[in-house]
Amino acid sequence: MKSFEYVRPTTVREAVAAASEPGSAYLAAGSNLLDLMKGGVVAPDRLVDITHLTGLDRIETLANGSVRIGALVRNAELAHDAHFASHFPAVAEALLSGATAQLRNAATVGGNLLQRTRCGYFYDAASACNKRVAGAGCDARGGDNRLHAVLGWSENCIATHPSDFCVPLVAFDTVVEVEGRAGKRDIPLDQLHCLPADAPERDTVLERGDMIVAIRLPAAADRFAPHSRYLKVRERTSYAFAVVSAAAALRLDAGRILEARVALGGVALKPWRAREAELLLAGNQADAALFHRAATAALVDAKPSGDNGFKIELARRIIVRALSLAASGTPARVAALPASAFASGVTHHV
Amino acid sequence: MSLTKTLVINGLKRTIVLDDPRVTLLDLLRERLDLPGTKKGCDRGQCGACTVLVNGRRINSCLTLAASLDNAEILTIEGVAQGEQLHPVQDAFIACDGLQCGYCTPGQIMSAIGLIQEAQAGDDAERVREGMSGNLCRCGAYQGITQAVLDAQKVMRASKQQEVV
Ligand SMILES: Cc1cc2nc3c(=O)[nH]c(=O)nc-3n(C[C@H](O)[C@H](O)[C@H](O)COP(=O)(O)OP(=O)(O)OC[C@H]3O[C@@H](n4cnc5c(N)ncnc54)[C@H](O)[C@@H]3O)c2cc1C
Ligand code: SF4
Ligand code: FES
Ligand code: FES
Repeated sequence: MKSFEYVRPTTVREAVAAASEPGSAYLAAGSNLLDLMKGGVVAPDRLVDITHLTGLDRIETLANGSVRIGALVRNAELAHDAHFASHFPAVAEALLSGATAQLRNAATVGGNLLQRTRCGYFYDAASACNKRVAGAGCDARGGDNRLHAVLGWSENCIATHPSDFCVPLVAFDTVVEVEGRAGKRDIPLDQLHCLPADAPERDTVLERGDMIVAIRLPAAADRFAPHSRYLKVRERTSYAFAVVSAAAALRLDAGRILEARVALGGVALKPWRAREAELLLAGNQADAALFHRAATAALVDAKPSGDNGFKIELARRIIVRALSLAASGTPARVAALPASAFASGVTHHV
Repeated sequence: MSLTKTLVINGLKRTIVLDDPRVTLLDLLRERLDLPGTKKGCDRGQCGACTVLVNGRRINSCLTLAASLDNAEILTIEGVAQGEQLHPVQDAFIACDGLQCGYCTPGQIMSAIGLIQEAQAGDDAERVREGMSGNLCRCGAYQGITQAVLDAQKVMRASKQQEVV
């Protein structure tokens, strides 16, 4: 690992100033950043440690009913916050399906949003990767790409965004609060991550020095609480990234869908909101045929980027299953195996 | 550049001078503080061998920068027994054959202590397995490990109740 300067600012303003210097990176828990630094994937000159800043570790309900979560709240703390989990059960389930207890105890909200792709060629400094080195090429094309993107990819990059947390968050119109050189601004989570297009080296719309200080879930989102699920298919049931995942949430009135939210994980370089599916669902009677039509609509633009055509059919089925689970109601407690299709009580086929 | 910090490690306050900001908590413990009980398996957050408690919470010490810790209370495997008297989790690992080669065991035990404190799993073996999934065991002692966690939890609950009475 290349050596670096370690700085510990005492205010957000100081942090932004320090991180605006070229070569700087924010350090939260470091569970992704240190891993990347050990592998020589990134080599910052300066780490700006934000973990000692005060006031960024709160979960609060604002006057307008929206819920604001500080960037330094730990993933485990948020998932186990009883009030939060009862209002946003799909978010809690997504968090608990990610990584391990140790990692969730450390990982922060901001770090989870900004974790880098898990593409193996991005991690291997000896491979060609446009995301790591602009214009270098992409060894994932024609390489081991079973787990790569089926939506929103380009010839230049076929990687996916690995976060579970972001999937229900994007379904619920989460807003990201950013503080940067020009002051504060809000960015809808749906617009935070960039699709690769011609510039895969760019992960997000954030500029140098921009710091995530909090995220906000709008008040309207908790009306989905009685019918909200996250479902994640992995290579093994625990401690693995999603092959494909889905968040599904419904507002139901006597079996009729008033409003629906659907998002996919593991399919694109950003958490993927499936608005076509949502439109199809709204106003209709919740049944298996409708769920199939909605899932098909969500994937009309999907195409394999390599040996991963199976992910399209898998995503379709995961949406159907997640919608069925959401329709049958949020369980009182997250299952022993969070978000697993093998969790007790969810093994039936639709 | 050197950083001076105070850490409470296994109950002892220690002043530490770091001459290199790259040192992880794991390397600090093993190579600079003569506490090699915490193991290095993967050094990348993937195996759990390096699990310790920081301020009561289990974390992977290989992905924690020592420089970022200040006045933290750190508990490692060296600090869990009371003299010759083993921690109930240690006793249970022995009684249940929760190990074979023993390399993953310090991490398993620290993780189990963290899991029991978190009080999320209860007596549900499936929740214990899921809660311990961050600790890989190359020898496959999982069955014994799960039983050890369940048994230790019972013993710890009983002795807590005795204290109250
Ligand atoms: C073995 C393993 C398995 C995992 N499995 C999963 C999984 O199944 N699902 C899943 O979702 N995740 C998984 N993760 C990833 C984990 O969730 C992330 O590593 C974690 O969320 C990152 O948070 P952090 O606080 O450690 O961030 P850091 O590593 O400190 O930072 C990550 C990035 O974000 C930047 N950053 C951090 N905070 C801010 C901020 N406030 N403002 C601006 N920039 C910031 C940093 O500069 C860095 O680039 C896994 C990780 C490991 C190691
Ligand atoms: S898919 Fe993207 S991240 Fe992976 S090697 Fe290609 S350019 Fe790099
Ligand atoms: S050594 Fe830390 S998780 Fe493997
Ligand atoms: S006892 Fe050998 S690795 Fe677990």
